[in-house]
Amino acid sequence: MVSRVSGATNLGRNGLHDWVIQRFSAIVLAVYTLGLLGWFSVNPDFSYGAWRGLFDATWMKIATLAAIISLCAHAWIGMWTIATDYLTSLALGKAATFVRLLFQAGCVVLIFTYLVWGVQILWGL
Amino acid sequence: MNWLPVKDDNRPVNLDLTKFHFPLPAITSILHRISGVLIFFGTAVLMWLLAESLTSEEGFQRVGEWLQSPIVKLIVWGILSGLLYHLIAGLRHLLMDAGIGETLEGGRRGAMLIIVFSVISILIAGVWVW
Repeated sequence: MVSRVSGATNLGRNGLHDWVIQRFSAIVLAVYTLGLLGWFSVNPDFSYGAWRGLFDATWMKIATLAAIISLCAHAWIGMWTIATDYLTSLALGKAATFVRLLFQAGCVVLIFTYLVWGVQILWGL
Repeated sequence: MNWLPVKDDNRPVNLDLTKFHFPLPAITSILHRISGVLIFFGTAVLMWLLAESLTSEEGFQRVGEWLQSPIVKLIVWGILSGLLYHLIAGLRHLLMDAGIGETLEGGRRGAMLIIVFSVISILIAGVWVW
């Protein structure tokens, strides 16, 4: 029962699929993060114009949206891993499945919020 | 699979985590998970700062003023620390996927390098924030 429910709440079709998505999204997030940190180090004390110009560029919107989507997938898999490792019947007894599904539902709400909010920041201003 | 202890199982169980000795790779591994949870929630703060800073010149100035406050500096530094640690430990994971540093000795050395690189980058981030 426990393993069937946890197996139905992961992101990919199976563990290997999750593994690939986790690695791919990790690379996107790493490149984006290093790129942004690089921008900050080249532009210390940047102005609003420079900051706005960066996020007005189409390539930056594409990169940021890719990073947000990657974050959503990456966080889903990571939070699923942690939930199924720690929110178990060994730790919580009979309530485990319910608690874990509640926790994962909360994670999904936050993930979805990030996605919509991110799109709004990039295009809805 | 049944994770509940069986009734007639008399083997001693010691799950007192405070008495465990954790080798360095175990510590870097759990920190990777903790930092992951931290930045998952910390993203809300970063996105809020991003949204506000892009609304207008005034919004941008407002974020600049917020970042003068020691509490906000501490929060942002905390999130950045989690992000940097997770990034460095994650890059090491990718190296291990490629077959680099998979031995027992390699695992210990990799864990040590994670600590060294993340302490350095977290200190640099602290200087940058302050």
